[in-house]
Amino acid sequence: MARKKKKVPGLNASSTADISFILLIFFLVTTSMDTDTGLTRRLPQPPEPNQEDASMDVKERNVLNVKMNADGNIMIKSEIETRFFNLNIPNEKADGLRYLNRTVKEFVQNKDNNSRLPQLYPREVELIGMCNITEKHVVSVQTDRGTPYQVYFDVQDVIVGAYNELRDEAAKKYFSKPYDKLSEAEKVAIRTIYPQKISEAEPKTYGDQN
Amino acid sequence: MAKKGSRELPEMNTSSLPDLIFTILFFFMIVTTMREVTLKVKFTVPQGTQLEKLEKKSSVSFIYVGPPTDQLIGQMGSRTRIQLNDRYAETTELIDFVAQERTTMEDPASQVMSLKVDTKTKMGIVTDIKEQLRKAWALKINYSATKKAQ
Repeated sequence: MARKKKKVPGLNASSTADISFILLIFFLVTTSMDTDTGLTRRLPQPPEPNQEDASMDVKERNVLNVKMNADGNIMIKSEIETRFFNLNIPNEKADGLRYLNRTVKEFVQNKDNNSRLPQLYPREVELIGMCNITEKHVVSVQTDRGTPYQVYFDVQDVIVGAYNELRDEAAKKYFSKPYDKLSEAEKVAIRTIYPQKISEAEPKTYGDQN
Repeated sequence: MAKKGSRELPEMNTSSLPDLIFTILFFFMIVTTMREVTLKVKFTVPQGTQLEKLEKKSSVSFIYVGPPTDQLIGQMGSRTRIQLNDRYAETTELIDFVAQERTTMEDPASQVMSLKVDTKTKMGIVTDIKEQLRKAWALKINYSATKKAQ
């Protein structure tokens, strides 16, 4: 039974490259690499079934009304002034959105303790100390059922942008760093100074059970 | 000089080529995600400036809103439609959709609904969707958008 020593032939691996190439191409075709970005918002909790109409007693000075109609017109109304813009005209749109940004910032800050802008409440904020905060302000966004999504999105983008600018300014003032470089506790402090209060009016048909 | 002609060119060693390709393959498998659905609606998402990245892909569900694609516009009409997974749906089906998506997630608490809505859509349908999402307790939403070129 003395076997002759046989040499094992080497496995021909030259086609492995082709096989893996095919796999690679398959994955390239079926997958997408785009990272999804978007404007993150939080919806309010659903109302309790037997809840009374939750129309809180909000003072007029605490509300900034932003209303959009089906034709792309926008109305920005605070106790100080009311302005109208037509967002279909590019120039007027740029003006309108710039005005909205400025108004929201002035409204949320109320730097000079204006009696026609939201009331300031002195509050002790951790890491910062005493601050005057417009705690009860509300930016109320109302749309018509026919308002184009584009208009709504632009307005949301500008309002969120205004808040972000305010927070960034505050972060630089108190911690001398931009907002997104802050630690979690510092972010909480900044968010306490400028709480984001965007309310979206419930659609008028609300309550119909169908 | 005469020797040169008889010299044989050494063959290139390609045994590491499969490993190389496999490395690229694994790279792509990790950084990409499967294309989940075939789109039945066409939409252009708006452009914005205050955008955030969607971090955890596994806890994101998509809702597509727009008119049917060109191939389907003939049989479906041009009315704005909502697409969930691979089919058209009505707003009333959203609650079931949210619940069903939740069961497939590891971390249902961080569920995010990504709304890919065409810019020309009327707000009525978007409001209806939001109202249904509220009822389904899917409160974190993301209006999908692309970055505006400065």
